[in-house]
Amino acid sequence: MLVSYKWLQSYIDLDGITPSDLAEKLTKAGIEVDGIEMPGEGLKNLIVGHVLKSEKHPNADKLNRCLVDLGEEEPVQIICGAPNVAAGQKVIVAKPGARLPGNIKIKRSKIRGEVSNGMICSLQEIGFTTKVVPKDYADGIYVLPEESEVGTEIVPLFNMDDAILDLDLTANRADCMSMIGVAYEVGAILNRQVKLPEIKGRTSAERASDYIHLKVETPQDNPLYTAKIIKNVKIGPSPLWLQTRLMASGIRPHNNVVDVTNYILLEYGQPLHAFDYDRFGSKEVVVRRAKRDEKLTTLDDVERTLTEDHLVITNGIKPVALAGVMGGADSEVQTDTKTVLLESAYFNGTVVRKASRDHGLRSESSSRFEKGIDPNRVREAAERAAELIAELAGGEVLEGMVEADSLTIEPVKIDFELGKLNKRIGTNLFVDDVEKIIKRLQFSYQVNGESFTVTVPSRRWDIRLPEDMYEEIARLYGYDHIPKTLPMDVSFGGLTPYQKKRRIVRTCLEGLGLMQSITYSLTSEEKYSQFAMEKADPIELANPMSEAHSVLRLSLVPHLLDAVSYNLARKNKTVFLYEIGSVFYSKGKNCQPEEREHLAGAMTGLYVDHPWQGKKEPVDFYTVKGILDVLFEKLSVSRFITYEKGQLDGLHPGQTANILLDGKVIGFVGKINPDMEKWYDVKDVFVFELHLGELLMKETDELLYTSIPKFPSISRDIALIVDREISAGDLQRTIQDAGKDLLKEVKVFDVYEGENVPAGKKSIAFTLTYYDPERTLTDEEVVVEHEKILTAVKDAHGAELRK
Amino acid sequence: MKERLEQLRKEALEHIEGAKDLKEIQQIRITYLGKKGPITDILRGMKNLAPEERPKIGALANEVRETITEKIEKKWKELEQAAIQRKLAEESIDVTLPGRKMTVGNRHPLTRVIEEVEDLFIGLGYTVAEGPEVETDYYNFEALNIPKDHPARDMQDSFYITNDLLMRTQTSPVQARTMEKAKGKGPIKIICPGKTFRRDNDDATHSHQFMQIEGLVVDENIRMSDLYGTLEYFAKKIFGNDRQIRLRPSFFPFTEPSLEMDISCKICGGKGCHVCKGSGWIEILGAGMVHPNVLRMNGFDPEKYSGFAFGVGVERIAMLKYGIDDIRHFYTNDVRFLHQFFQKD
Ligand SMILES: [Zn+2]
Repeated sequence: MLVSYKWLQSYIDLDGITPSDLAEKLTKAGIEVDGIEMPGEGLKNLIVGHVLKSEKHPNADKLNRCLVDLGEEEPVQIICGAPNVAAGQKVIVAKPGARLPGNIKIKRSKIRGEVSNGMICSLQEIGFTTKVVPKDYADGIYVLPEESEVGTEIVPLFNMDDAILDLDLTANRADCMSMIGVAYEVGAILNRQVKLPEIKGRTSAERASDYIHLKVETPQDNPLYTAKIIKNVKIGPSPLWLQTRLMASGIRPHNNVVDVTNYILLEYGQPLHAFDYDRFGSKEVVVRRAKRDEKLTTLDDVERTLTEDHLVITNGIKPVALAGVMGGADSEVQTDTKTVLLESAYFNGTVVRKASRDHGLRSESSSRFEKGIDPNRVREAAERAAELIAELAGGEVLEGMVEADSLTIEPVKIDFELGKLNKRIGTNLFVDDVEKIIKRLQFSYQVNGESFTVTVPSRRWDIRLPEDMYEEIARLYGYDHIPKTLPMDVSFGGLTPYQKKRRIVRTCLEGLGLMQSITYSLTSEEKYSQFAMEKADPIELANPMSEAHSVLRLSLVPHLLDAVSYNLARKNKTVFLYEIGSVFYSKGKNCQPEEREHLAGAMTGLYVDHPWQGKKEPVDFYTVKGILDVLFEKLSVSRFITYEKGQLDGLHPGQTANILLDGKVIGFVGKINPDMEKWYDVKDVFVFELHLGELLMKETDELLYTSIPKFPSISRDIALIVDREISAGDLQRTIQDAGKDLLKEVKVFDVYEGENVPAGKKSIAFTLTYYDPERTLTDEEVVVEHEKILTAVKDAHGAELRK
Repeated sequence: MKERLEQLRKEALEHIEGAKDLKEIQQIRITYLGKKGPITDILRGMKNLAPEERPKIGALANEVRETITEKIEKKWKELEQAAIQRKLAEESIDVTLPGRKMTVGNRHPLTRVIEEVEDLFIGLGYTVAEGPEVETDYYNFEALNIPKDHPARDMQDSFYITNDLLMRTQTSPVQARTMEKAKGKGPIKIICPGKTFRRDNDDATHSHQFMQIEGLVVDENIRMSDLYGTLEYFAKKIFGNDRQIRLRPSFFPFTEPSLEMDISCKICGGKGCHVCKGSGWIEILGAGMVHPNVLRMNGFDPEKYSGFAFGVGVERIAMLKYGIDDIRHFYTNDVRFLHQFFQKD
């Protein structure tokens, strides 16, 4: 809502309050002022000129050479490029020395050899936006009314010596979508009285009811419809004071009738519509729901196809307006209109909203109905508008108002106690303090001891509960006067064990070199199932903004690969990322999906990079696996974790492992395959993903100290020759199982294929460490254990000791 | 005899002085002081001397031996030091060459902000509650006093999956779920961080996915002044003690009274600049007293209980705190961006 400071003064005394004071006070009271515009600021030397002569520029087709009277001794020559300039016009002239918006300075100059003593201006050139410039002058200079006096200053003439406050209204404060509403609010803030417009009520002898009949078929959609008739109007431009008020409020002037309806909409917040009575097509207004596929061409010349959801005004035969949203083109007020049928009605906000949404039509009118108008102003606004039309367009208002009224307005009464108010706000107000505030709001009330009963005026439909009154009182008392306290309970905060462990996961991975990233939960149809550990149906958005974010993801890896790709394209060659986020498994069409918290990572580049010492180690499968091993140790789940050779679409078939927790697959680690490398435009990327939820929910032992070894341990190295396919993990497990009691540790220290090892075989060397916490082991005991192990690996894997 | 001893002393001292390394010194020691050395010889030959000569010569011999021993010790130490110095000189390196830095990652700036806020409120006795990103219409809207066709739904253009399921537009559904679970018994003191979604085109100031932190306190006798005190504590802890705060009345369907909080602009100190659009204030959060309908709908008696709630945008805090100018940075994960949040505040 744009509010003209000058115009607002018609309703309330703003003495001693500057526009910026007003903005600050409004903002602190809850009506946020987004900005103040001073349209006339910096403008000077702009006056009314009279074009005496206009002819083609001798050296330029598109220019005109004009002789303009500026009220000085001699008329001056001005070159003008506007196509609509003509002799006899009163125009806006920027004299040499003038300043225009954007700090443009006008100088006496020569244009194609001809002297130009200034510039004839369009409204845009003096600062109005094209949106509000009357259509006739949108592409040329503005032509002032004939009676304008030559030499008059433009800034005051156009009411540009004003301040326009841009109010950013919250949804509940629709009452401030009118000048009178704003005046009440300012009155409450400043403790000053509101002056309402005077309505004289002069009418002709003829009765409106002889001209028009009303029928509302769906009173729940339209509880009140009123019609007035104004006869013998003469359509023309509105006076400048009216046009400039509209333009200041962001509305384009049209003609004296339409402008009045818009003016009253701004003044009272009551949307009105003027029909050309003779073009209406009947003497009966019928308000009803549209029929399916009924057509209506609206004022903007668009043919609209309607449904039963839309409320229409009809002439008994066909729709002539989309109720509360926009009028029809056929019954529009035109230059030859003689009689006006003026509609002032109260339409249900929901039905207006539906129509405005379905047709993509947001109008000043629809937005007011949607947010709620004051039902008690419907008639008053109609009377005032009719009178103003008669005044400006020279017609006469017929007697009476034709109505279809099924509206009941119950006065809203709110009871509340002073004690409760103070208890909720934390203040220590007295009856007297509260009374003063209610008076400022101009609400009527009764007070009995410390009990209040307030009657809320219908313009404030947002106030229904005691809490709403608490807010009114608190905001006018001033939020910044409320004391600052803290809740007085005693409670103990903290993270859950799960949340704590999640932070440990972050810290651990970061310590190992990975950076946390956050990517989108929504992905594309193509990517949603990539790297998914389990297949599932897509969960699709019904109304996505783009295909790239239209389906919920099943894996975190695709967006991590996008991030890797983004980085590689920017020459960030080493990228180690991890993410903790949700993936979404469908549980059926109308059920909330299962959200699993996953942990994933993507790594590429050099894990060790000390160039001047010649040490460079690219990330490989074992780097990533090692990182996970550290993480599992940190979470004390290592002994429940195993790896097995795995397979997953998108991963290298030879470099992928499943990660198992208690024998159940909870994740994978591997290198992405060439197809995916191509798809994402990356190279040598290793990824992992884990069902973090399951990992962190695993019950683990408490941390307890185990004593430091008191006796020496004995280590033995063995190298085993096995078939190439035998995995180190299997061998290790066999060794561990066989050497259970005394074998403390098994470590791979060498893997070898080639010379001295038969074809199809490989050599794997282990260091076995034996230890007994109770005593020093003897060589003989170790030999016995060692033999057991060698027998076991031979039996299980055909392993031979390498000589 | 005497001359011989003096001669020996002189000779030995010259040798010692000229010794070049520890090995040479060792040789000198053996030569002069060893069992077969000249001094031992002399002492052994004392029996051939006249008895009155013996003490004199004996004393002199001992003195010569001591002098030599002393000198050897001294020289030994000198040479040892020199050897160490030489070795150290050989081992000297260019200490200005770069160190072998370990690769260490770090938190995402949004997580950094969230954990900071979590810890702040944990200190005030809050716990951290979480909820699903895909919500039902009921928890996202209806339980928060936003029935179907409520004009407030205009404020949030949402991603729907079905008529009843949507990407949550706020973290407030976690409040509703927590209240429902508490079955009408307070106190509740929670802070709820999480991802939220709105139908926006991604640009410098909009993101279809963003993060919010909500706080909720429900108990007997919770006052608006408690909210004010809590918010001031939060703002000063996060943005610094020198920042002023301002509350403005506002509107949210789930709170009444409602407010928005501004903090004084850091750039201009409140005088007005382009960052604060000339107002001197920057909006940072919305809050209010829990609407009685919300309490009632989620099983609390609004006569007995009251509460407050607040919600802040995590990106907004991070952008203000670290001076980030484009919200998309948070989701592109450029490592040159992420790594900047390695260092402490
Ligand atoms: Zn500023």
